[in-house]
Amino acid sequence: MAVPKRRKSKSKRDMRRSQWKLSSVNVITCPNCMEPMLPHHICPGCGYYKGRQIIEKEEE
Amino acid sequence: MKHRKAGRKYSRTREHRIAMFRNLLMNLIKYSRIRTTDAKAKGLKRIADKVVSLARTNNLANIRKVSYFVNDKDLIKKLFSEIGPKFANRSGGYTRIYKVGLRRGDSAPVSIIEFAYEEEKKTQKKQAKKAAGKVKKDVRKSEKTVQPDKVTDEEKKENV
Repeated sequence: MAVPKRRKSKSKRDMRRSQWKLSSVNVITCPNCMEPMLPHHICPGCGYYKGRQIIEKEEE
Repeated sequence: MKHRKAGRKYSRTREHRIAMFRNLLMNLIKYSRIRTTDAKAKGLKRIADKVVSLARTNNLANIRKVSYFVNDKDLIKKLFSEIGPKFANRSGGYTRIYKVGLRRGDSAPVSIIEFAYEEEKKTQKKQAKKAAGKVKKDVRKSEKTVQPDKVTDEEKKENV
């Protein structure tokens, strides 16, 4: 069976791991109430989605 | 390869999965808007759209086909007498999914699935938009059009 001949150096190992990254969450401001919200989601602040469409839970 | 492997398994056996979707679908028909996880909503959409398609034509064969998923006489009646006729002029896309956010506890993405009934106001607006679009296109030929909506949005952001 094929088997590694040499142990990989710390450098090589760390170079490989340099690609393990977290990507940040894209937060946008609701065009209706200016609250922070996730894109393609209903706004948690005012319940608006896609402009004038009002969806669910009207917060007072 | 992912060829011909559509759909999810939901960590359930076949029977469990079908039972789950039956329950979800019957609740959707009953309340016309339900809240579940994104994945379940997406799976339910496949079934719900098929069932509504069948419900648009009222005959015994279709009632029997639908009854595989809707095991309730009243709900079948509702489906064929109320929901089906409402979609008489729509060819597909009978359900709509909105993403709500992450559920507390297990951080599962939650969404709302509902029947995409067309409201009168909306259709009117759409028609107005269409008319406006036609006008705009005509104008574009001769001169550049300024979009007032976009400008105001940007101004709002700057103010905040």
